[in-house]
Amino acid sequence: MKYSIFSLARAALSGHKNWQRTWRDASPKDRYDVVIIGGGGHGLATAWFLASEYGIKNVAVLEKGWIGSGNAGRNTTIIRSNYGLPGNTGFYELSMKLWERMEQDLNYNTMVSQRGVINLYHSDAQRDAYARRGNTMRINGIDAELLDLAAVKKMIPFLNFDNARFPVQGGLLQRRGGTARHDAVVWGYAHAASALGVDIIQNCEVTGFVRDANGKVTGVETSRGKIGAGKVGMAVAGSSSRVAAMAGLRLPIESHVLQAFVSEAIKPLIPGVMTFGAGHFYVSQSDKGGLVFGGDIDGYNSYAQRGNMPVMEDVCEGGMALMPMIGRVRLLRQWGGIMDMSMDGSPIIDKTPVDGLYLNAGWCYGGFKATPGSGFVFAHLLARDTPHEEAARFRLDRFRTGAMIDEKGQGAQPNLH
Amino acid sequence: MRIACPFCGERELGEFTYLGDAKPVRPAAGASEDEVFDYVYLRDNVAGETSEHWYHGGGCRAWLKVGRNTLTHEISSVEPAAGAGARQAAK
Repeated sequence: MKYSIFSLARAALSGHKNWQRTWRDASPKDRYDVVIIGGGGHGLATAWFLASEYGIKNVAVLEKGWIGSGNAGRNTTIIRSNYGLPGNTGFYELSMKLWERMEQDLNYNTMVSQRGVINLYHSDAQRDAYARRGNTMRINGIDAELLDLAAVKKMIPFLNFDNARFPVQGGLLQRRGGTARHDAVVWGYAHAASALGVDIIQNCEVTGFVRDANGKVTGVETSRGKIGAGKVGMAVAGSSSRVAAMAGLRLPIESHVLQAFVSEAIKPLIPGVMTFGAGHFYVSQSDKGGLVFGGDIDGYNSYAQRGNMPVMEDVCEGGMALMPMIGRVRLLRQWGGIMDMSMDGSPIIDKTPVDGLYLNAGWCYGGFKATPGSGFVFAHLLARDTPHEEAARFRLDRFRTGAMIDEKGQGAQPNLH
Repeated sequence: MRIACPFCGERELGEFTYLGDAKPVRPAAGASEDEVFDYVYLRDNVAGETSEHWYHGGGCRAWLKVGRNTLTHEISSVEPAAGAGARQAAK
């Protein structure tokens, strides 16, 4: 169905009893041109771009649980394109441009809100680093403004500017950044992909790969039977190592838990997205009024989708350092998601050494903002067998060749990225 | 998660720092590029029982070898890592 002001009026006048399903819950066919493993944002976006941009419509998205039940439903919904290194800068801006036209493309309200992202700086050195990043962005045609203390005070006057240890000196602002409704992004891609003929198959866990005499992947074994495929794409961040192991691959990835938090709803307070530069704390306010925030990953390998107390304390301390008045606000919910932490903090979108198997992984804790861009370039790779120019550096072999994209400069220690 | 340090007793997680999988062994100086690449970059990333190195920085400052399940966070064993700590524990 197509959504419009008229469909909304019709449904409202008939008591909201005549809404059709947003997307079609399919059963598996024997064979597809492309099978995508993982019905999260990235997998569904890939399927939609394959069908809409590259003309490949005989596509299935296989999801172990229900669509959006993994990290697509566990993030803090922030979108931005303020990256400093070649490889990342252009890719995330491609993604941001796709966010800006997503609702028109998909005919779905994904509540993209460009309310601005500000990274606060607290020292001269940090100001210089942010100035450099802002300049890199502007040279690449991305909006960035370096704000001084007076400008930050005008924009967000309620911060603790008198903090003697971590004084706010200013911030780097990307006005085009903001937030989007994470579940609606999943449903929107499912809606649009399904309308173009993509089969979205839930409760379908991949249990192995089908390979021919030459080792080429020709399909997948699943909990709902064998499904043949011309090509298989993996978009299962959090479980990449486990799925790749079924094809005999070891990846430069560790799975780590990242926690996120929501407070009880309060009146409108925070205008956009803010990050505390002296620790690791980022916060926005949802349209329902809750403060949505997070910080560091817990730091140890985990598949448990829940974290521990020390990081909870650390994140809340970061919030208190920035805005002491939130100390009276109660925490409503807290959860954990499993991050594909790569060895340099940047993603991998590439063919694998196994013929017919393609990899989209290593999103660390930055996967949500990348959703449309990731789907676009992964669809390009699957359709054309060559990387999209904006993803040409996200190669699997860069760890061997030394062409790392390490924004933080931490080296091969995934829990520090 | 709480870790029972063999030197200090059971302590809260905040006292410990994580290094990672205890299985990879540093290759010898003359090892091939493949072996070094494997050691530095590739991981088994086990879902289930695993053995890891943790550092008790907020206590005795010993390196520990911890058996832990990455699916449940359940800790099955804690012992001193090879080296000075293990020698001290053996006395």
